[in-house]
Amino acid sequence: MIRFDNVGVRYGMGEEVLKDLTFEIDKGSFQFLTGPSGAGKTSLLRLFFMSLKPTRGLINIFGHDSSTITKNELPSLRRRIGIVFQDFRLLNHLTLYENVALPLRVRGVEELSYRRDVIDLLEWVGLDKRIDAFPEVLSGGEQQRAAVARALIGQPEVLLADEPTGNLDPKLAQRLLRLFVELNRSGTSVVIATHDLGLMDQYDARRFVLNEGRMQIYD
Amino acid sequence: MTEINDQQTARRVIADAAAGERKFHSIVPNESVASNALTLVIAIMAFLASITLGAVTLVSDTARGWQSDISREVTIQIRPIDGVDMQQALDAAQKIAARREGVDSVTVVDEETTARLLEPWLGAGLDLNELPVPRLLKVRLDGAVHLDFIALRSELSANVPGASLDDHRVWLDRLVTMASATIIGGFAIFLMMMASTVLTVVFATRGAMAGNKNVIEVLHFVGAEQGYIAGQFQKHFLILGLKGSLAGGMLAIICFIVVGAWASSNVADPAADQVAALFGTFSVGLGGYVGVLILIFVIALLTALTSRLTVFRHVGTLDRSAEHE
Repeated sequence: MIRFDNVGVRYGMGEEVLKDLTFEIDKGSFQFLTGPSGAGKTSLLRLFFMSLKPTRGLINIFGHDSSTITKNELPSLRRRIGIVFQDFRLLNHLTLYENVALPLRVRGVEELSYRRDVIDLLEWVGLDKRIDAFPEVLSGGEQQRAAVARALIGQPEVLLADEPTGNLDPKLAQRLLRLFVELNRSGTSVVIATHDLGLMDQYDARRFVLNEGRMQIYD
Repeated sequence: MTEINDQQTARRVIADAAAGERKFHSIVPNESVASNALTLVIAIMAFLASITLGAVTLVSDTARGWQSDISREVTIQIRPIDGVDMQQALDAAQKIAARREGVDSVTVVDEETTARLLEPWLGAGLDLNELPVPRLLKVRLDGAVHLDFIALRSELSANVPGASLDDHRVWLDRLVTMASATIIGGFAIFLMMMASTVLTVVFATRGAMAGNKNVIEVLHFVGAEQGYIAGQFQKHFLILGLKGSLAGGMLAIICFIVVGAWASSNVADPAADQVAALFGTFSVGLGGYVGVLILIFVIALLTALTSRLTVFRHVGTLDRSAEHE
Protein backbone atom coordinates (compact mmCIF):
# COMPACT_ATOMS: atom_id res chain seq x y z
CA MET A 1 0.00 0.00 0.00
CA ILE A 2 2.70 2.50 1.05
CA ARG A 3 6.33 1.54 0.62
CA PHE A 4 9.48 3.50 1.56
CA ASP A 5 12.90 2.54 0.12
CA ASN A 6 16.01 4.27 1.51
CA VAL A 7 14.14 7.51 1.94
CA GLY A 8 16.00 10.56 3.21
CA VAL A 9 14.78 14.10 3.86
CA ARG A 10 16.84 17.22 4.25
CA TYR A 11 15.48 20.76 4.51
CA GLY A 12 17.50 23.19 2.42
CA MET A 13 21.21 22.58 2.89
CA GLY A 14 20.83 21.32 6.47
CA GLU A 15 21.40 17.85 7.89
CA GLU A 16 19.10 15.00 7.02
CA VAL A 17 16.12 14.89 9.39
CA LEU A 18 15.05 11.46 8.14
CA LYS A 19 17.64 8.89 7.12
CA ASP A 20 17.46 5.62 5.18
CA LEU A 21 13.84 4.81 5.94
CA THR A 22 12.78 1.47 4.51
CA PHE A 23 9.45 -0.05 5.53
CA GLU A 24 5.98 -0.85 4.29
CA ILE A 25 2.47 -0.03 5.50
CA ASP A 26 0.32 -3.02 4.62
CA LYS A 27 -3.38 -3.00 3.93
CA GLY A 28 -5.34 -3.31 7.17
CA SER A 29 -2.27 -2.81 9.37
CA PHE A 30 -2.09 -0.83 12.62
CA GLN A 31 1.03 1.00 13.76
CA PHE A 32 2.15 3.60 16.25
CA LEU A 33 4.77 6.13 15.23
CA THR A 34 6.71 7.49 18.17
CA GLY A 35 9.94 9.16 19.14
CA PRO A 36 11.19 12.28 20.92
CA SER A 37 10.25 15.77 19.76
CA GLY A 38 12.17 16.77 16.66
CA ALA A 39 12.78 13.16 15.68
CA GLY A 40 11.00 13.70 12.34
CA LYS A 41 7.49 12.34 13.02
CA THR A 42 5.71 15.27 11.38
CA SER A 43 8.04 15.16 8.37
CA LEU A 44 7.31 11.44 8.01
CA LEU A 45 3.55 12.06 8.18
CA ARG A 46 3.95 14.74 5.51
CA LEU A 47 5.74 12.20 3.31
CA PHE A 48 2.83 9.79 3.79
CA PHE A 49 0.44 12.56 2.92
CA MET A 50 2.43 13.66 -0.15
CA SER A 51 2.77 17.24 1.05
CA LEU A 52 6.54 16.79 1.16
CA LYS A 53 8.80 15.20 -1.42
CA PRO A 54 11.86 13.27 -0.21
CA THR A 55 15.38 14.39 -0.96
CA ARG A 56 16.36 10.84 -1.87
CA GLY A 57 14.95 7.35 -2.01
CA LEU A 58 11.67 6.03 -3.36
CA ILE A 59 8.17 6.24 -1.95
CA ASN A 60 5.46 4.17 -3.55
CA ILE A 61 1.93 5.16 -2.58
CA PHE A 62 -0.99 3.08 -3.85
CA GLY A 63 1.19 1.89 -6.73
CA HIS A 64 2.38 5.38 -7.71
CA ASP A 65 5.98 6.53 -7.46
CA SER A 66 5.63 9.72 -5.40
CA SER A 67 8.26 11.53 -7.47
CA THR A 68 6.15 11.16 -10.62
CA ILE A 69 2.75 12.05 -9.14
CA THR A 70 1.40 15.10 -10.94
CA LYS A 71 -0.55 17.94 -9.33
CA ASN A 72 -3.70 16.70 -11.03
CA GLU A 73 -3.32 13.17 -9.61
CA LEU A 74 -2.67 14.42 -6.09
CA PRO A 75 -6.27 15.17 -4.95
CA SER A 76 -7.60 11.73 -5.94
CA LEU A 77 -4.72 9.97 -4.16
CA ARG A 78 -5.05 12.20 -1.12
CA ARG A 79 -8.73 11.28 -0.84
CA ARG A 80 -7.61 7.71 -0.14
CA ILE A 81 -5.80 8.98 2.98
CA GLY A 82 -7.52 10.51 6.00
CA ILE A 83 -5.48 12.79 8.21
CA VAL A 84 -6.05 14.09 11.72
CA PHE A 85 -3.87 17.13 12.29
CA GLN A 86 -2.35 17.84 15.66
CA ASP A 87 -3.99 21.29 15.61
CA PHE A 88 -7.27 19.82 14.23
CA ARG A 89 -7.57 22.40 11.42
CA LEU A 90 -11.32 22.71 11.63
CA LEU A 91 -12.85 25.68 9.80
CA ASN A 92 -14.34 28.02 12.38
CA HIS A 93 -17.00 29.48 10.07
CA LEU A 94 -18.51 26.07 9.35
CA THR A 95 -20.65 24.01 11.71
CA LEU A 96 -19.49 20.66 13.01
CA TYR A 97 -21.70 18.91 10.46
CA GLU A 98 -20.23 21.00 7.63
CA ASN A 99 -16.67 20.44 8.83
CA VAL A 100 -17.15 16.68 8.90
CA ALA A 101 -18.89 16.69 5.52
CA LEU A 102 -16.22 18.91 3.94
CA PRO A 103 -14.18 16.15 2.20
CA LEU A 104 -17.34 14.95 0.43
CA ARG A 105 -18.61 18.45 -0.30
CA VAL A 106 -15.39 19.40 -2.10
CA ARG A 107 -15.73 16.27 -4.23
CA GLY A 108 -19.11 17.51 -5.41
CA VAL A 109 -21.05 14.67 -3.74
CA GLU A 110 -24.79 15.35 -3.32
CA GLU A 111 -25.52 16.30 0.30
CA LEU A 112 -28.51 14.00 0.64
CA SER A 113 -26.37 10.99 -0.21
CA TYR A 114 -23.99 11.48 2.72
CA ARG A 115 -26.15 13.17 5.34
CA ARG A 116 -26.92 9.95 7.17
CA ASP A 117 -23.23 8.91 7.11
CA VAL A 118 -22.13 12.22 8.63
CA ILE A 119 -24.73 11.98 11.38
CA ASP A 120 -23.84 8.35 12.08
CA LEU A 121 -20.18 9.22 12.25
CA LEU A 122 -20.86 12.10 14.62
CA GLU A 123 -22.83 9.72 16.81
CA TRP A 124 -19.96 7.24 16.64
CA VAL A 125 -17.49 9.85 17.94
CA GLY A 126 -20.04 11.08 20.48
CA LEU A 127 -20.70 14.49 18.98
CA ASP A 128 -24.25 14.01 17.76
CA LYS A 129 -25.49 16.66 20.21
CA ARG A 130 -23.15 19.29 18.81
CA ILE A 131 -24.04 18.86 15.17
CA ASP A 132 -24.76 22.56 14.54
CA ALA A 133 -22.13 23.95 16.88
CA PHE A 134 -19.18 25.91 15.58
CA PRO A 135 -15.66 24.65 16.40
CA GLU A 136 -14.82 27.68 18.54
CA VAL A 137 -17.39 26.65 21.16
CA LEU A 138 -16.15 23.04 21.31
CA SER A 139 -13.66 21.77 23.83
CA GLY A 140 -10.24 20.53 22.68
CA GLY A 141 -11.40 16.92 22.99
CA GLU A 142 -14.53 17.59 20.96
CA GLN A 143 -12.53 19.31 18.26
CA GLN A 144 -10.15 16.35 18.24
CA ARG A 145 -13.02 13.91 17.70
CA ALA A 146 -14.54 16.16 15.02
CA ALA A 147 -11.19 16.12 13.21
CA VAL A 148 -11.20 12.31 13.42
CA ALA A 149 -14.74 12.19 12.01
CA ARG A 150 -13.71 14.46 9.13
CA ALA A 151 -10.73 12.24 8.36
CA LEU A 152 -12.98 9.17 8.24
CA ILE A 153 -16.00 10.43 6.32
CA GLY A 154 -14.39 9.71 2.95
CA GLN A 155 -13.74 6.08 4.00
CA PRO A 156 -9.99 6.34 3.51
CA GLU A 157 -7.75 3.34 3.01
CA VAL A 158 -5.17 4.80 5.38
CA LEU A 159 -5.74 6.97 8.45
CA LEU A 160 -2.89 9.17 9.67
CA ALA A 161 -3.32 10.76 13.09
CA ASP A 162 -0.83 13.24 14.53
CA GLU A 163 -1.02 13.17 18.35
CA PRO A 164 -4.75 12.41 18.29
CA THR A 165 -5.01 12.02 22.05
CA GLY A 166 -2.93 15.06 22.96
CA ASN A 167 -5.96 17.05 24.15
CA LEU A 168 -7.93 14.21 25.68
CA ASP A 169 -8.18 12.90 29.21
CA PRO A 170 -7.16 9.23 29.61
CA LYS A 171 -10.77 8.02 29.45
CA LEU A 172 -11.50 9.83 26.17
CA ALA A 173 -8.09 8.82 24.79
CA GLN A 174 -8.97 5.20 25.48
CA ARG A 175 -12.31 5.65 23.76
CA LEU A 176 -10.69 7.22 20.72
CA LEU A 177 -8.18 4.38 20.55
CA ARG A 178 -11.10 1.95 20.53
CA LEU A 179 -12.54 3.91 17.59
CA PHE A 180 -9.26 3.54 15.72
CA VAL A 181 -9.08 -0.17 16.46
CA GLU A 182 -12.67 -0.63 15.30
CA LEU A 183 -11.86 1.28 12.15
CA ASN A 184 -8.77 -0.85 11.59
CA ARG A 185 -10.85 -4.01 11.92
CA SER A 186 -13.04 -2.76 9.12
CA GLY A 187 -9.96 -2.77 6.87
CA THR A 188 -8.44 0.71 7.18
CA SER A 189 -4.69 0.94 7.78
CA VAL A 190 -3.96 3.17 10.77
CA VAL A 191 -0.81 5.15 11.60
CA ILE A 192 -0.91 7.02 14.92
CA ALA A 193 1.93 9.40 15.75
CA THR A 194 2.06 9.79 19.52
CA HIS A 195 4.23 10.47 22.55
CA ASP A 196 1.72 8.73 24.77
CA LEU A 197 3.37 5.53 26.00
CA GLY A 198 0.26 4.69 28.04
CA LEU A 199 -1.84 4.76 24.89
CA MET A 200 0.59 2.48 23.03
CA ASP A 201 0.59 0.03 25.94
CA GLN A 202 -3.17 -0.36 25.63
CA TYR A 203 -3.02 -1.95 22.20
CA ASP A 204 -0.58 -4.44 20.85
CA ALA A 205 0.51 -3.04 17.50
CA ARG A 206 3.62 -2.50 15.44
CA ARG A 207 5.73 0.43 16.63
CA PHE A 208 7.84 2.70 14.46
CA VAL A 209 10.33 4.47 16.74
CA LEU A 210 12.11 7.45 15.24
CA ASN A 211 15.28 8.71 16.81
CA GLU A 212 17.59 11.30 15.26
CA GLY A 213 16.02 10.63 11.88
CA ARG A 214 16.50 6.86 11.93
CA MET A 215 13.70 4.39 12.40
CA GLN A 216 13.51 1.20 14.39
CA ILE A 217 10.54 -1.08 13.91
CA TYR A 218 9.16 -3.26 16.70
CA ASP A 219 6.68 -5.79 15.37
CA MET B 1 -33.52 15.23 33.97
CA THR B 2 -30.75 17.16 32.15
CA GLU B 3 -29.63 13.86 30.58
CA ILE B 4 -33.13 13.24 29.23
CA ASN B 5 -33.34 16.77 27.83
CA ASP B 6 -29.96 16.37 26.11
CA GLN B 7 -31.07 13.12 24.53
CA GLN B 8 -34.29 14.72 23.32
CA THR B 9 -32.40 17.65 21.87
CA ALA B 10 -29.98 15.32 20.14
CA ARG B 11 -32.78 13.26 18.64
CA ARG B 12 -34.56 16.39 17.50
CA VAL B 13 -31.39 17.81 15.92
CA ILE B 14 -30.68 14.51 14.15
CA ALA B 15 -34.26 14.13 12.95
CA ASP B 16 -34.29 17.72 11.79
CA ALA B 17 -30.99 17.29 10.02
CA ALA B 18 -32.08 14.09 8.34
CA ALA B 19 -35.48 15.40 7.25
CA GLY B 20 -35.08 19.02 6.21
CA GLU B 21 -32.76 20.63 3.73
CA ARG B 22 -29.59 21.84 5.39
CA LYS B 23 -28.29 25.25 4.53
CA PHE B 24 -24.56 25.20 4.02
CA HIS B 25 -22.33 28.11 4.88
CA SER B 26 -20.07 29.35 2.13
CA ILE B 27 -16.74 27.51 2.11
CA VAL B 28 -15.01 30.90 2.04
CA PRO B 29 -15.78 32.91 5.20
CA ASN B 30 -18.27 35.63 4.32
CA GLU B 31 -17.77 38.26 6.96
CA SER B 32 -14.39 39.37 8.08
CA VAL B 33 -12.71 42.67 8.83
CA ALA B 34 -10.33 42.09 5.90
CA SER B 35 -13.23 41.48 3.48
CA ASN B 36 -15.05 44.62 4.61
CA ALA B 37 -11.87 46.66 4.37
CA LEU B 38 -11.26 45.27 0.88
CA THR B 39 -14.77 46.24 -0.24
CA LEU B 40 -14.22 49.75 1.09
CA VAL B 41 -10.82 50.09 -0.62
CA ILE B 42 -12.31 48.87 -3.91
CA ALA B 43 -15.23 51.30 -3.58
CA ILE B 44 -12.87 54.24 -2.98
CA MET B 45 -10.56 53.31 -5.86
CA ALA B 46 -13.52 52.68 -8.21
CA PHE B 47 -14.94 56.08 -7.27
CA LEU B 48 -11.65 57.90 -7.89
CA ALA B 49 -11.00 56.04 -11.16
CA SER B 50 -14.56 56.73 -12.36
CA ILE B 51 -14.31 60.42 -11.50
CA THR B 52 -10.99 60.59 -13.35
CA LEU B 53 -12.48 58.79 -16.34
CA GLY B 54 -15.51 61.09 -16.36
CA ALA B 55 -13.32 64.20 -16.11
CA VAL B 56 -11.04 62.98 -18.89
CA THR B 57 -13.93 62.23 -21.26
CA LEU B 58 -15.48 65.62 -20.42
CA VAL B 59 -12.26 67.48 -21.15
CA SER B 60 -11.53 65.50 -24.33
CA ASP B 61 -15.10 65.97 -25.62
CA THR B 62 -14.85 69.72 -24.92
CA ALA B 63 -11.44 69.94 -26.62
CA ARG B 64 -12.82 68.14 -29.69
CA GLY B 65 -15.79 70.53 -29.59
CA TRP B 66 -13.48 73.56 -29.75
CA GLN B 67 -11.80 72.11 -32.81
CA SER B 68 -14.99 71.32 -34.67
CA ASP B 69 -16.62 74.67 -33.81
CA ILE B 70 -13.75 76.69 -35.18
CA SER B 71 -13.22 74.51 -38.24
CA ARG B 72 -16.88 74.91 -39.28
CA GLU B 73 -16.40 78.59 -40.07
CA VAL B 74 -14.07 80.69 -42.28
CA THR B 75 -13.88 84.47 -42.75
CA ILE B 76 -13.55 86.64 -45.84
CA GLN B 77 -11.93 89.97 -45.13
CA ILE B 78 -12.18 92.90 -47.53
CA ARG B 79 -9.73 95.73 -47.05
CA PRO B 80 -10.90 99.18 -48.19
CA ILE B 81 -9.16 100.28 -51.37
CA ASP B 82 -9.49 103.72 -52.88
CA GLY B 83 -11.99 103.83 -55.70
CA VAL B 84 -13.60 100.51 -54.80
CA ASP B 85 -17.14 100.51 -53.48
CA MET B 86 -17.16 98.45 -50.28
CA GLN B 87 -20.81 97.40 -50.55
CA GLN B 88 -20.30 96.13 -54.10
CA ALA B 89 -17.20 94.24 -53.01
CA LEU B 90 -19.13 92.67 -50.12
CA ASP B 91 -21.97 91.62 -52.42
CA ALA B 92 -19.58 90.17 -54.99
CA ALA B 93 -17.67 88.22 -52.34
CA GLN B 94 -20.92 86.97 -50.84
CA LYS B 95 -22.11 85.72 -54.25
CA ILE B 96 -18.79 84.04 -55.06
CA ALA B 97 -18.65 82.27 -51.71
CA ALA B 98 -22.32 81.26 -51.71
CA ARG B 99 -21.91 79.55 -55.11
CA ARG B 100 -19.23 77.24 -53.84
CA GLU B 101 -19.98 73.67 -52.89
CA GLY B 102 -19.39 73.05 -49.22
CA VAL B 103 -20.68 76.46 -48.12
CA ASP B 104 -23.78 76.50 -45.97
CA SER B 105 -24.32 80.24 -45.61
CA VAL B 106 -22.48 83.55 -46.06
CA THR B 107 -23.30 86.45 -43.76
CA VAL B 108 -21.95 89.95 -43.99
CA VAL B 109 -20.92 91.29 -40.62
CA ASP B 110 -22.91 94.50 -40.61
CA GLU B 111 -21.52 97.92 -39.76
CA GLU B 112 -23.03 97.97 -36.32
CA THR B 113 -21.46 94.64 -35.35
CA THR B 114 -18.13 95.65 -36.87
CA ALA B 115 -18.19 98.85 -34.86
CA ARG B 116 -18.94 96.86 -31.72
CA LEU B 117 -16.04 94.54 -32.44
CA LEU B 118 -13.69 97.50 -32.73
CA GLU B 119 -15.13 99.34 -29.76
CA PRO B 120 -12.50 98.13 -27.26
CA TRP B 121 -9.75 99.68 -29.38
CA LEU B 122 -11.39 102.66 -31.07
CA GLY B 123 -14.06 103.63 -28.59
CA ALA B 124 -17.82 104.07 -28.91
CA GLY B 125 -19.64 106.09 -31.56
CA LEU B 126 -17.38 105.02 -34.38
CA ASP B 127 -18.36 106.02 -37.93
CA LEU B 128 -16.95 103.37 -40.24
CA ASN B 129 -17.09 105.71 -43.25
CA GLU B 130 -14.45 107.94 -41.65
CA LEU B 131 -11.90 105.20 -41.23
CA PRO B 132 -10.50 102.60 -43.61
CA VAL B 133 -11.85 99.69 -41.64
CA PRO B 134 -11.85 96.24 -43.26
CA ARG B 135 -15.20 94.43 -43.46
CA LEU B 136 -15.87 90.80 -42.78
CA LEU B 137 -18.07 88.02 -44.17
CA LYS B 138 -18.72 84.93 -42.07
CA VAL B 139 -18.80 81.80 -44.22
CA ARG B 140 -20.47 78.87 -42.47
CA LEU B 141 -19.36 75.52 -43.90
CA ASP B 142 -21.45 72.53 -44.66
CA GLY B 143 -19.63 69.77 -42.79
CA ALA B 144 -20.72 67.07 -45.22
CA VAL B 145 -19.03 68.52 -48.36
CA HIS B 146 -15.41 69.65 -48.46
CA LEU B 147 -14.86 73.26 -49.54
CA ASP B 148 -12.07 73.90 -52.06
CA PHE B 149 -10.27 76.71 -50.18
CA ILE B 150 -7.61 77.25 -52.86
CA ALA B 151 -10.16 77.75 -55.66
CA LEU B 152 -12.28 80.09 -53.48
CA ARG B 153 -9.22 82.07 -52.44
CA SER B 154 -8.06 82.55 -56.06
CA GLU B 155 -11.55 83.42 -57.32
CA LEU B 156 -11.93 86.04 -54.59
CA SER B 157 -8.58 87.66 -55.23
CA ALA B 158 -9.26 87.72 -59.00
CA ASN B 159 -12.73 89.25 -58.74
CA VAL B 160 -12.86 91.24 -55.50
CA PRO B 161 -10.05 93.75 -54.92
CA GLY B 162 -8.71 93.66 -51.37
CA ALA B 163 -10.43 90.36 -50.54
CA SER B 164 -8.64 87.64 -48.60
CA LEU B 165 -9.79 84.35 -47.16
CA ASP B 166 -8.91 83.42 -43.59
CA ASP B 167 -9.53 79.73 -42.86
CA HIS B 168 -8.30 80.16 -39.25
CA ARG B 169 -5.54 77.68 -39.98
CA VAL B 170 -3.17 79.31 -37.48
CA TRP B 171 -5.76 79.28 -34.71
CA LEU B 172 -6.94 75.85 -35.64
CA ASP B 173 -3.41 74.45 -35.53
CA ARG B 174 -2.90 75.95 -32.09
CA LEU B 175 -6.21 74.64 -30.86
CA VAL B 176 -5.57 71.18 -32.25
CA THR B 177 -2.20 71.14 -30.50
CA MET B 178 -3.74 72.34 -27.26
CA ALA B 179 -6.68 69.97 -27.47
CA SER B 180 -4.41 67.03 -28.29
CA ALA B 181 -2.15 67.92 -25.38
CA THR B 182 -5.19 68.17 -23.11
CA ILE B 183 -6.53 64.80 -24.26
CA ILE B 184 -3.14 63.08 -23.99
CA GLY B 185 -2.58 64.64 -20.56
CA GLY B 186 -6.03 63.51 -19.44
CA PHE B 187 -5.47 59.96 -20.59
CA ALA B 188 -2.03 59.90 -18.99
CA ILE B 189 -3.65 60.90 -15.70
CA PHE B 190 -6.32 58.25 -16.24
CA LEU B 191 -3.70 55.58 -16.96
CA MET B 192 -1.82 56.52 -13.78
CA MET B 193 -5.08 56.37 -11.86
CA MET B 194 -5.82 52.95 -13.35
CA ALA B 195 -2.32 51.72 -12.52
CA SER B 196 -2.73 52.80 -8.90
CA THR B 197 -6.23 51.26 -8.82
CA VAL B 198 -4.88 47.95 -10.15
CA LEU B 199 -2.01 47.90 -7.66
CA THR B 200 -4.23 48.89 -4.73
CA VAL B 201 -6.89 46.30 -5.60
CA VAL B 202 -4.29 43.55 -6.15
CA PHE B 203 -2.48 44.19 -2.87
CA ALA B 204 -5.69 44.70 -0.89
CA THR B 205 -7.06 41.42 -2.29
CA ARG B 206 -3.84 39.61 -1.43
CA GLY B 207 -4.06 41.10 2.06
CA ALA B 208 -7.62 39.84 2.45
CA MET B 209 -6.57 36.43 1.11
CA ALA B 210 -3.80 36.17 3.70
CA GLY B 211 -6.44 35.55 6.36
CA ASN B 212 -7.82 32.67 4.32
CA LYS B 213 -4.63 30.63 4.03
CA ASN B 214 -5.87 28.20 6.64
CA VAL B 215 -9.05 27.60 4.61
CA ILE B 216 -7.02 26.97 1.43
CA GLU B 217 -4.76 24.51 3.28
CA VAL B 218 -7.65 22.58 4.82
CA LEU B 219 -9.48 22.34 1.49
CA HIS B 220 -6.28 21.20 -0.17
CA PHE B 221 -5.60 18.55 2.46
CA VAL B 222 -9.13 17.13 2.41
CA GLY B 223 -8.67 16.43 -1.30
CA ALA B 224 -10.15 19.47 -3.03
CA GLU B 225 -8.80 20.08 -6.50
CA GLN B 226 -6.90 23.29 -7.08
CA GLY B 227 -9.51 24.49 -9.58
CA TYR B 228 -12.30 23.90 -7.04
CA ILE B 229 -10.53 25.93 -4.33
CA ALA B 230 -9.67 28.69 -6.80
CA GLY B 231 -13.27 28.69 -8.06
CA GLN B 232 -14.69 29.12 -4.55
CA PHE B 233 -12.41 32.06 -3.79
CA GLN B 234 -12.84 33.56 -7.23
CA LYS B 235 -16.64 33.56 -6.84
CA HIS B 236 -16.43 35.06 -3.35
CA PHE B 237 -13.99 37.80 -4.35
CA LEU B 238 -15.87 38.56 -7.59
CA ILE B 239 -18.93 39.37 -5.47
CA LEU B 240 -16.81 41.44 -3.05
CA GLY B 241 -15.21 43.27 -5.98
CA LEU B 242 -18.58 43.89 -7.63
CA LYS B 243 -20.06 45.23 -4.39
CA GLY B 244 -17.18 47.66 -3.92
CA SER B 245 -16.79 48.77 -7.51
CA LEU B 246 -20.56 49.14 -8.01
CA ALA B 247 -20.76 51.35 -4.91
CA GLY B 248 -17.82 53.50 -6.05
CA GLY B 249 -18.85 53.64 -9.71
CA MET B 250 -22.50 54.44 -8.97
CA LEU B 251 -21.49 57.18 -6.54
CA ALA B 252 -19.33 58.70 -9.30
CA ILE B 253 -22.24 58.52 -11.79
CA ILE B 254 -24.51 60.24 -9.24
CA CYS B 255 -21.86 62.95 -8.89
CA PHE B 256 -21.78 63.46 -12.70
CA ILE B 257 -25.57 63.74 -12.82
CA VAL B 258 -25.79 66.11 -9.83
CA VAL B 259 -23.01 68.41 -11.11
CA GLY B 260 -24.50 68.35 -14.64
CA ALA B 261 -27.94 69.23 -13.26
CA TRP B 262 -26.46 71.98 -11.11
CA ALA B 263 -24.55 73.48 -14.06
CA SER B 264 -27.59 73.50 -16.34
CA SER B 265 -29.98 74.84 -13.68
CA ASN B 266 -27.71 77.76 -12.71
CA VAL B 267 -27.04 79.26 -16.13
CA ALA B 268 -27.29 82.80 -14.78
CA ASP B 269 -24.95 82.07 -11.92
CA PRO B 270 -21.40 83.44 -12.48
CA ALA B 271 -19.78 80.23 -11.24
CA ALA B 272 -21.95 78.11 -13.53
CA ASP B 273 -21.22 80.50 -16.41
CA GLN B 274 -17.52 79.97 -15.84
CA VAL B 275 -17.97 76.19 -15.90
CA ALA B 276 -20.14 76.45 -19.02
CA ALA B 277 -17.53 78.62 -20.75
CA LEU B 278 -14.93 75.92 -20.19
CA PHE B 279 -16.92 72.73 -20.47
CA GLY B 280 -20.07 73.62 -22.35
CA THR B 281 -23.05 71.94 -20.69
CA PHE B 282 -20.81 69.94 -18.32
CA SER B 283 -22.32 66.66 -19.34
CA VAL B 284 -20.30 63.45 -19.26
CA GLY B 285 -21.18 61.75 -22.53
CA LEU B 286 -22.42 58.22 -23.07
CA GLY B 287 -18.79 57.14 -23.47
CA GLY B 288 -18.06 58.28 -19.92
CA TYR B 289 -20.96 56.29 -18.45
CA VAL B 290 -20.10 53.19 -20.49
CA GLY B 291 -16.47 53.62 -19.40
CA VAL B 292 -17.52 53.68 -15.73
CA LEU B 293 -19.57 50.49 -16.20
CA ILE B 294 -16.62 48.78 -17.89
CA LEU B 295 -14.41 50.01 -15.04
CA ILE B 296 -16.77 48.47 -12.47
CA PHE B 297 -16.55 45.05 -14.13
CA VAL B 298 -12.81 45.28 -14.77
CA ILE B 299 -12.13 46.02 -11.08
CA ALA B 300 -14.39 43.14 -9.99
CA LEU B 301 -12.70 40.77 -12.45
CA LEU B 302 -9.30 41.94 -11.28
CA THR B 303 -10.24 41.17 -7.68
CA ALA B 304 -11.48 37.69 -8.65
CA LEU B 305 -8.40 36.98 -10.76
CA THR B 306 -6.04 38.08 -8.00
CA SER B 307 -7.73 35.74 -5.52
CA ARG B 308 -7.51 32.89 -8.05
CA LEU B 309 -3.79 33.45 -8.63
CA THR B 310 -3.18 33.76 -4.88
CA VAL B 311 -4.83 30.34 -4.37
CA PHE B 312 -2.66 28.78 -7.07
CA ARG B 313 0.46 30.36 -5.63
CA HIS B 314 -0.33 29.25 -2.08
CA VAL B 315 -1.28 25.70 -3.06
CA GLY B 316 1.98 25.55 -5.00
CA THR B 317 3.89 26.16 -1.77
CA LEU B 318 2.04 23.40 0.11
CA ASP B 319 3.37 20.42 -1.83
CA ARG B 320 7.03 20.82 -2.47
CA SER B 321 10.39 19.24 -2.27
CA ALA B 322 12.08 19.33 1.13
CA GLU B 323 15.12 21.11 -0.31
CA HIS B 324 12.92 24.09 -1.17
CA GLU B 325 11.62 24.57 2.37
